[in-house]
Amino acid sequence: MTAATGYAPRRTLPLKVEIVRQFKRRRTLVMFGLLLALPWILVIAFQFGPQGGGQQQATLRISDLASASGLNFAAFVLSVSASFLLVVAVALFCGDTVASEASWSSLRYLLAAPVPRDRLLRQKLIVALGYSATAVICLPLMALLAGTLAFGWHDIQVPGTGETIPALDVLPRFGIVIGYALVSQLVVAALAFLISTVTDSPLGAVGGAVGLWIVSTILQAVEALGALREFLPTFWNTAWLDALAPELDWSGMAKGASVSVTYAAILIAVAFRRFRRKDVVS
Amino acid sequence: MKRVAALVAVLALVGVAAWLIWPSAPEVRGQEQRIAVVDGPADDQRVEIDATFFAPPGGGKAPAVLLAHGFGGSKQSVRFQAERLAQDGYAVLTWSARGFGRSTGQIALNSPDYEVKDVKQLIDWLAERPEVRLDAAGDPRVGIAGGSYGGSIALMTAAHDNRVDAIVPQITWSDLADALFPDATGQGPENGVFKRMWAGFFFGRGGGPIQGLEALTRQPEPLSAEEARCGRFLPAICDIYQQVAQTGKATPEAVALLRQSSPVAVAGRIKAPTLLVQGQRDSLFPLDHADANARAIAAAGTPVSLTWFDGGHDGGNGEADWLHDQTTAWFGHYLKEDGSAVAQPFTVTRDGGRDPGTRQRIRLHPEAASYPGLGGTATTSVTLSGPEQPVVNPPGGAPASISTVPGVSGLLGGGGQSNVSLSLDMPGQSASFESAPLTAPLQLTGSPTATIKVSGKGQVTLFAKLFDVSDSAQPPTLPAGLVAPFRVTVPEGQSSVEATVTLPAVDHAFAAGHRLRLTVATTDMGYATPAEPASYQIGLASPALTVPTVTTLTAPATGLAWWVWALPLASIVVAALVLATGRRRVRSGEDAAERAGEPGVPLEITGLTKAYRNGELAVDGLSFRVEQGQVLGLLGPNGAGKTTTMRMMMGLIQPDAGEIRIFGDLVTSGAPVLSRLGSFVEGPGFLPHLSGRENLELYWAATGRPTADARFDEALEIAGLGKALERAVRTYSQGMRQRLAIAQAMLGLPDLLVLDEPTNGLDPPQIREMREVLKRYARDGRTVIVSSHLLAEVEQTCSHVVVMHRGRLVSAGPVSVLLSEAVPTNGHGPRLEDVFLDLIGDKS
Repeated sequence: MTAATGYAPRRTLPLKVEIVRQFKRRRTLVMFGLLLALPWILVIAFQFGPQGGGQQQATLRISDLASASGLNFAAFVLSVSASFLLVVAVALFCGDTVASEASWSSLRYLLAAPVPRDRLLRQKLIVALGYSATAVICLPLMALLAGTLAFGWHDIQVPGTGETIPALDVLPRFGIVIGYALVSQLVVAALAFLISTVTDSPLGAVGGAVGLWIVSTILQAVEALGALREFLPTFWNTAWLDALAPELDWSGMAKGASVSVTYAAILIAVAFRRFRRKDVVS
Repeated sequence: MKRVAALVAVLALVGVAAWLIWPSAPEVRGQEQRIAVVDGPADDQRVEIDATFFAPPGGGKAPAVLLAHGFGGSKQSVRFQAERLAQDGYAVLTWSARGFGRSTGQIALNSPDYEVKDVKQLIDWLAERPEVRLDAAGDPRVGIAGGSYGGSIALMTAAHDNRVDAIVPQITWSDLADALFPDATGQGPENGVFKRMWAGFFFGRGGGPIQGLEALTRQPEPLSAEEARCGRFLPAICDIYQQVAQTGKATPEAVALLRQSSPVAVAGRIKAPTLLVQGQRDSLFPLDHADANARAIAAAGTPVSLTWFDGGHDGGNGEADWLHDQTTAWFGHYLKEDGSAVAQPFTVTRDGGRDPGTRQRIRLHPEAASYPGLGGTATTSVTLSGPEQPVVNPPGGAPASISTVPGVSGLLGGGGQSNVSLSLDMPGQSASFESAPLTAPLQLTGSPTATIKVSGKGQVTLFAKLFDVSDSAQPPTLPAGLVAPFRVTVPEGQSSVEATVTLPAVDHAFAAGHRLRLTVATTDMGYATPAEPASYQIGLASPALTVPTVTTLTAPATGLAWWVWALPLASIVVAALVLATGRRRVRSGEDAAERAGEPGVPLEITGLTKAYRNGELAVDGLSFRVEQGQVLGLLGPNGAGKTTTMRMMMGLIQPDAGEIRIFGDLVTSGAPVLSRLGSFVEGPGFLPHLSGRENLELYWAATGRPTADARFDEALEIAGLGKALERAVRTYSQGMRQRLAIAQAMLGLPDLLVLDEPTNGLDPPQIREMREVLKRYARDGRTVIVSSHLLAEVEQTCSHVVVMHRGRLVSAGPVSVLLSEAVPTNGHGPRLEDVFLDLIGDKS
């Protein structure tokens, strides 16, 4: 008898248990509360703001059209939050997951339970990605709901040219937008997760991932880097706008997804490798 | 970690080194030259041409390129392009044309008697240079490139000198008379409308179009009386200009003079392959000039390609890099004969939306294998509608409609990145006819035509333009800001006249749902219009607007970059390698995992060694053995290595040497046998936001074992937390957490219980209770290991003791044996404390 009765490594740390462990955290609830409240705050802001008047502009910006319809509003909400708020949310869910266990000292009891290390990381990664995906999905969906209630269900107006596309045609495109947003956030998730396995400080992991993200955004502004910038993880962040253009253009999103998956695969592999060999002293 | 840092450093070093030794473009030096030439109708005028010669940087003999400047410029304005061309391996000669820069002489507008003769002598000069490759004695391999004024000298010279081997004329004219007196009904410049503002810029002393802010901010210099009148123009040209500018009508002499300076008459003689580059945003020399040149050159059987790029005299992007590539490809093919792929016969620059990464505008360059002309390969008829409308010509021609403001639109357009044109029609001065919303997108490429009916009296000057009207709140756009001026005369005795108007050639995409609007106005700011007030009726003679399209234009397939699929695949391979090489190594030689231990022995430690990162040994060759039913005290001062040993028992730390076996199984991280171990090491570890009960339940759920095996009731009884069990752990005191943690360690009643300082933070009654709990626990055949530095504690709880000091085993055995060996002191029985201090004292 090598193990206790009823023990099987593949039954340890079930996803359901990890979901419950994470869900009741204040951090999780506050983040979801914020993401679900943001569209309503923006709706109120648009109701109070001065109406019209901005029509002399040469090109219509995405913010000029936000109150045109629910779909326009959702696109606007996504455009303002994708570059930072969602990054922070994803970094929080993925960066906090292992580091917080280390800081609570509960990590060592899980490992001694024993939950095999690879399995612990795998289950935590799946749950963290699940929470991240839920965050990325629930924001635009709530924005769609809020926008539709506030501004009605109309055809979408395309920024730039002001052309309109029928609402029903856009809905699948909107799915593409959300899908791409998910894939492009994979880099942040993987980066935060890697840092999370290295440090004992949850905020360090989140901050580190967001910090590197910001550095990448800054590097992206250096035009001297030329085509090298295409391989920065943040470069294709806004490629989802192509999904809302009259002509659906996949090339940017394909490149963005390629870069994102590349980084994510390597970062996650390094995270597993490091964690396997690590002496857990926290 | 150090290896990673070293790898990063090496990679950085390699990168910097590669950057330093990367071959930079060869340095190009210009040699200033003064070249004396003789020209004039009688070849008697001596002129000194100020030139700069850029030798090919590679040495040897290279083809030559003459690079001409635009009107108002000098050899300095093309210096950058000249250096770039020279770096590509050409001998480049730039010069200031007569009357410009520091060259002497007067401007003769690229006349065959003056400028053309000058350039022929520059070619003679090049033939003498040792750096220039020759086709024959006195015949260098030479091409000519240049924009506007420089483009026309390229065409004129190639027509008059068959030594020229290839030319790339840009944004230039075919017929200068037609450019300055256009007429959209095809009745020639004598009937044309004077392009007043452009002509003013062209002939004004200021020297051509205002180009950029530089010209506006430069301090104006005072002029002499003669300079103020004619600038550096040949007096004959100056006189004729002054005459036509006053009347706004082209005299036959003026037309003859301007035609003399125009390629239109001689283009058929050009034998040099020609790449014509014309701007889509050009109200001075619109696309139909390149069309005329291309047709004339092609008629002679000479290879000619035509490119409509995003630029021109009115701004636009300019596409400097793309034009450079096209130019070097053309010269590479025809001068170097290096097999460069040349431009297709017809190329158009189109808006390609925004780059998904930079969000910058990108341009596409669809090509066609033949040039279809301005009539397109096919036509679409769009039906316009609208009643006859009255229009007036305002007295004095003011206020005038605005379409393009010559020389200024480029400044205001922000580099022409936007497709918006300044376009303003005055009320009452224009008639408009609109189509129904388009059901499908319409790509117009060429010159649309419409037939208009004008009712009124005498000569009528009108301007036709085609707007793109969207349904949204945006103002209509006038593609490229171009208008088609025309003049019709209502014959005596008739009330109206019909005219077929050729609208400006443009490449423009009308989106579905947009409408086409034909507007006919009486005024335009850029043109001279009659001063007398008049009123007319404008109507459509035919509702059909003929829109040419070019279906053969296709953008070269861009496809996905190879790395889009290669990169993720490569990364997955790398990730697999990273994982495969990262497995925990099993120490070879001893086959540790294979050798079976004794399943009955709860704990056996052999030669266990672990070093801190600084090399100091935390545990040094530790060996001991614990039998079933024992309560073992692990005794030692702080830093003795007790906790490190316990962490290794839990598989948290990998030993450097030696091994730990629990019930005969080797302990590694996550070894299944750990499920028989309950542990509490270095303080509790709970999720602070959950209650005590939830913590225990979730912990047990995480082990994946059946709930019934947990024995929650027994564990909770030991914790003794009562109602506090339902509160969040963050509200607990130190002692409560401690008890909860011990309860967690006892969940499932493990066969081996390892507790690190279990009585810390407990009050005396609780300590006593804990003692009983541990003794009782071991009595049922289980084993307990308790670490402590409290000697009294161990003495009262434990049956056996292991004493550690500085990572080494000092003593091991039953407590009773240890005590019996000790020497009684001052009357009392032996105490463990004395034994312990004794042991440590001996060893230290």
